[in-house]
Amino acid sequence: MAIKVGMEVSIAAAQAVKQANTDIIAAYPITPQTHIVEHLAELVNNGELDAEFIPVESEHSAMSVCTGSSAVGARSFTCTSSQGLALMSEIVYIASFLRLPILMLLANRSLSGPLGIWNDHSDVMSIRDCGWIQVFAENGQDVYDHVFIGYRVAEDRNCLLPFLVNLDGFILTHMIEPIEMMDQDMVNRYLPPYQPLYTLHPDHPVTMGAFTGPALYTETKKAQDEALKGSLPYIMKGWQEFGDLTGRYYHPIERYKTEDAKIILITQGSLGGTASIAIDSLREKGESAGLVKIRLWRPFPFEEFREAVKGAELVVVIDRAISYGGPGGPLAGEIRSALYAQERRPRVVNVIAGIGGHDVAPEDFEQIIRQARKSSGEGYEIYGVRE
Amino acid sequence: MIEIRLHGRGGQGAVTSAELLALAAIKQGRYAQAFPSFGPERRGAPVVAFCRISDEEIRVRAVISRPDIVLVLDPSILRLVDVCNGLKADGVLVANTRFSPEEIKKELGVKSRVATVDANRIAQEELGLTITNTTMLGALLKASEVVDKGAMIEPFRERFGRLAERNIKAFERAYKETKIL
Repeated sequence: MAIKVGMEVSIAAAQAVKQANTDIIAAYPITPQTHIVEHLAELVNNGELDAEFIPVESEHSAMSVCTGSSAVGARSFTCTSSQGLALMSEIVYIASFLRLPILMLLANRSLSGPLGIWNDHSDVMSIRDCGWIQVFAENGQDVYDHVFIGYRVAEDRNCLLPFLVNLDGFILTHMIEPIEMMDQDMVNRYLPPYQPLYTLHPDHPVTMGAFTGPALYTETKKAQDEALKGSLPYIMKGWQEFGDLTGRYYHPIERYKTEDAKIILITQGSLGGTASIAIDSLREKGESAGLVKIRLWRPFPFEEFREAVKGAELVVVIDRAISYGGPGGPLAGEIRSALYAQERRPRVVNVIAGIGGHDVAPEDFEQIIRQARKSSGEGYEIYGVRE
Repeated sequence: MIEIRLHGRGGQGAVTSAELLALAAIKQGRYAQAFPSFGPERRGAPVVAFCRISDEEIRVRAVISRPDIVLVLDPSILRLVDVCNGLKADGVLVANTRFSPEEIKKELGVKSRVATVDANRIAQEELGLTITNTTMLGALLKASEVVDKGAMIEPFRERFGRLAERNIKAFERAYKETKIL
């Protein structure tokens, strides 16, 4: 039995971490942090969750604890934002190389400076190449569901990779909305207990993270890359089985009215819902417009993406981070690469919008598309700047 | 879809009002959102919160700039902040003030409907302090039945426990005493 309840998305996420029977939660308990770990600390303190909550002295330590605890076979969780991720990033790369199925929720917020606490994607884009499986959530339900999906896929012996769920800071973390909660029996059916393949144990010594010289380094990195690329079918399997259980099916690329669309808007995260309203409005005006939402960011689903935009003449990519002095935002760079070798390819226009908490309304998307029609597609533009 | 913007001062419960309203709607099987104006909270400073209620799934995640209803929890905010900014012509301003709707309409030049109640007095008498979040929900529902009045009781009980009855009394009194023009 599943019931729909109104609650803050952060609280729902914490409940999911509890229902997923997490063993270790390591987090730095002050800014930048969310109600997610605050609520988890309460659950552990009140005896409602039989887990170890380790209030570490920094995010660097939070990921270090998760790396150690996951290596001994404990289901491990952490959560951070912006500066916290920046401080943690050194160990983030190590967790994926060691093939440790840690789950992290990242409440996306801008990196300083200037000092700002609001939502954008500059934090996650700073670890784009960290080797984790990375997904974007559009709403609270996505966040709740991906706690279970994340562990399930990460711990699949065909994957054994850490899993990152991006949820927009404030826009999702501080939102109260209806979320369908699964009962424990449903969770247990979907997510079996973690059975690690190799663990650190004094009785059965193994080495993890050994020094690697030039003779083996390249082979080691190729193996890591193959592992991430090879995780796609198991991510799909995790989504399929979750859908069969709950009726909520997720896809690497999610489409809205794209079938015959000549203009396609591309978003990540919570902008998707707002953008779909703009698409409806454009359709009413007789425009052939559609929306593609990139749910799976790593491994990037090239085939599914090309299929989704194959009929389009104009693709408008919204980025929520800047690659200073580069060819465009991180997402647009990806999209252009994905399309470059195609015989027939659409014009790609890149617009940076919604950074540092700048509000993006449906009419903004319509305005962005109007401007994009006139653009050559060179470089990128920053939307809504007062000059 | 009904869009409500709430104005108050930090610590007064504008966010709680938005949340209780959303929870009541969700309990009735409807869709709702409640969220604060994002940023560091400062006690006493003017704050804004938002609430959307709809019979269909809510896709928009932008702030509310053209509200159907503006709810003002603190009398001093009325003259400090342009609370009616973007308020729809067929919308309603619901204000905590000891002045009548006629006086507020005239003073602020409001074209839409205005509802007023002296929520500070009611909250002081019923709760012993001027936290007006539950009281002003009574005024809101009198001005516009965005959720059934009875649907508020359960969220009040869940949130306030043994203090719920006093909040319900303040809510009921505001509902009766609110004047609309």
